[in-house]
Amino acid sequence: MSILINKDTRVVTQGITGKTGMFHTQTSRAYANGKACYVAGVNPKKAGEDFEGIPIFGSVKDAKAKTGVNVSVIYVPPPFAAAAIWEAIEADLDLVICITEGIPVRDMVEVRDRMRRENRRTKLVGPNCPGVITPGEIKIGIMPGHIHKKGRVGVVSRSGTLTYEAVGQLTELGIGQSSAVGIGGDPVNGLKHIDVMQLFNEDKETDAVIMIGEIGGSDEEDAARWVKKNMKKPVVGFIAGITAPPGKRMGHAGAIISGGKGTAQEKLAVMEECGIKVTRNPAEMGRTLKSILK
Amino acid sequence: MKIHEYQGKEIFRKYGVPTPRGYPAMSVDEAVEAARKLGGKVWVVKAQIHAGGRGKGGGVKVARSLDEVRDLSKKILGMQLKTHQTGPQGQKVRRLLVEEGADIKKELYVGMLVDRGTQKVVLMASAAGGMDIEEVAAKTPEKIHKVFIDPASGLTSAEAADVAAKIGIPSWSVQQCASLLKALYKCFLETDASLVEINPLIVTNQEKVIALDSKMNFDDNALFRHPDLVALRDLDEEDPLEVEASKYDLNYISLDGNIGCMVNGAGLAMATMDTVKLFGGSPANFLDVGGGATAEKVTAAFKIMLSNPKVKAILVNIFGGIMKCDTIASGVVAAARETKISVPLVVRMKGTNEDLGKKILKDSGLPIISADNMGDAGKKVVAAIKKKAVKKKKVVVKRKVKKKK
Repeated sequence: MSILINKDTRVVTQGITGKTGMFHTQTSRAYANGKACYVAGVNPKKAGEDFEGIPIFGSVKDAKAKTGVNVSVIYVPPPFAAAAIWEAIEADLDLVICITEGIPVRDMVEVRDRMRRENRRTKLVGPNCPGVITPGEIKIGIMPGHIHKKGRVGVVSRSGTLTYEAVGQLTELGIGQSSAVGIGGDPVNGLKHIDVMQLFNEDKETDAVIMIGEIGGSDEEDAARWVKKNMKKPVVGFIAGITAPPGKRMGHAGAIISGGKGTAQEKLAVMEECGIKVTRNPAEMGRTLKSILK
Repeated sequence: MKIHEYQGKEIFRKYGVPTPRGYPAMSVDEAVEAARKLGGKVWVVKAQIHAGGRGKGGGVKVARSLDEVRDLSKKILGMQLKTHQTGPQGQKVRRLLVEEGADIKKELYVGMLVDRGTQKVVLMASAAGGMDIEEVAAKTPEKIHKVFIDPASGLTSAEAADVAAKIGIPSWSVQQCASLLKALYKCFLETDASLVEINPLIVTNQEKVIALDSKMNFDDNALFRHPDLVALRDLDEEDPLEVEASKYDLNYISLDGNIGCMVNGAGLAMATMDTVKLFGGSPANFLDVGGGATAEKVTAAFKIMLSNPKVKAILVNIFGGIMKCDTIASGVVAAARETKISVPLVVRMKGTNEDLGKKILKDSGLPIISADNMGDAGKKVVAAIKKKAVKKKKVVVKRKVKKKK
């Protein structure tokens, strides 16, 4: 097992013919079971053609009907990305992973509202995220596959390179990962820490979790409170941005301390209170996790 | 992106949000001319900078004659206006807004932003207008009324009227205030705003509801569909290094410390700054070079970091994924040579083609300090600054000794 995706997942790539889409489809396909997993692409103007043998369809719905895809990954440029997300949701896929960075917040507010209003079952990861990987089985997104190792620790983070950092540390210590999920750095997104934490809690092949957060919002606090009540597995935490000044957007659209809220100190305090083993040294995420594994 | 109050009010008027009459002025003469055009007996001269707290800092003054408009404009234009949002150095005033005086009976607060928890636009309103709303929120949160606006139906007349009544708008002005709030919501949506604030919203003695102030921030991600708003950007109000960095698509933010940091990825960049702090140092900047950094981009990043005179050392932290370590290493070497870097340079590289990258750094013959992990990098960069400081002191001591001889 693992969460969200595994070797049996069948992926459709929206934006497969763009530069980014092509590049990452190649590397994802080359990873583990990728050859069998990547079965379709979408571009209304290039329906009937193919990308290195992967058939291109005019719509996600069409791709699903012909190939049975259940997960979509999106590399569509920001002005059209929200519509692409909605297309995948309307096709009733299990999961949509949106890599695109720079989608207007208003577009995401509309998509998320429609998802709730129509009670859609499709899960959304991202936008502005590195994607999801289940090491040794499937990689969906832009993360470097080779730093991962199959194992039993879950990783969830708002930041891409900080996820790689945590994974790299674990692998170096000989600790493998069940799945690593980048939920993205935007203020309005799909799955949050708390949702991914629930999935890891239920996953029989995950023994412990590293939860990485950053300044802005209160998702980490919400997840921490949930962990205190429900989590059966140990959790290690890190929050980036202790040195971030208030009112400044630190790279990610969602990484901003506003009105004195969303500081790293506040998040770390709540996480500690809720029994999460936090480290203030990002170089120690892996070792901290190792110290709690029995 | 931020804009000035006078620009925000122009947008307000387009959407039917009432404001006092007024004109922007870039010079003292223009200010007097503006007051003359407005007529009346009372004017308000308001400093236009992208920071709040202008009144407290002495940037907003009432004039009762054209001579007084002239005197006050002379004083305010060009001053370094210090508020709690500008930092101790203040912000130079280059533009004014001259408005007709308002007859204030009541001061209220109204704001809108996207609430991350509910993923909806939230309308916040309070009877405690004219005050620092963050303070109100912290001390007396019950004084702030919130409406989470349903994106499908928008702000309804009933919701708007309810809020208006709650913040103490007199019953005969409630409808007027409700239509102002609905206009404001339309304005928020259609301009892709990330924040709209009216502090204060006033009720005049003539029972009119007017936006006496305007603060608008826009979602940078949505600017591609608003060329008219982009034209309102005032580069004078932004940090020059941040403006320079944005030309190269680098994400740079100036900080107070002395260790320049160059990192790929926003989260890792913040974590790197935190590591520097953890080992007793202080970061000079946040700098995310992004996923596709080229040698040209790295050189630009180095130049920007080094143009800050406070920088005493540079820390490069790269987790090579898609970006290969050897590419970055070549970029770092080229940049170090081109900028003739004279401060200690610590580089930590990890990931794709790590060994190749390290070899390039070593073979360059440059005095680059290599670090194995983030913690090691933090320690080494802090130590390098201390070592340099000690060396300097020794030199000074030696000189003194010589003098004695």
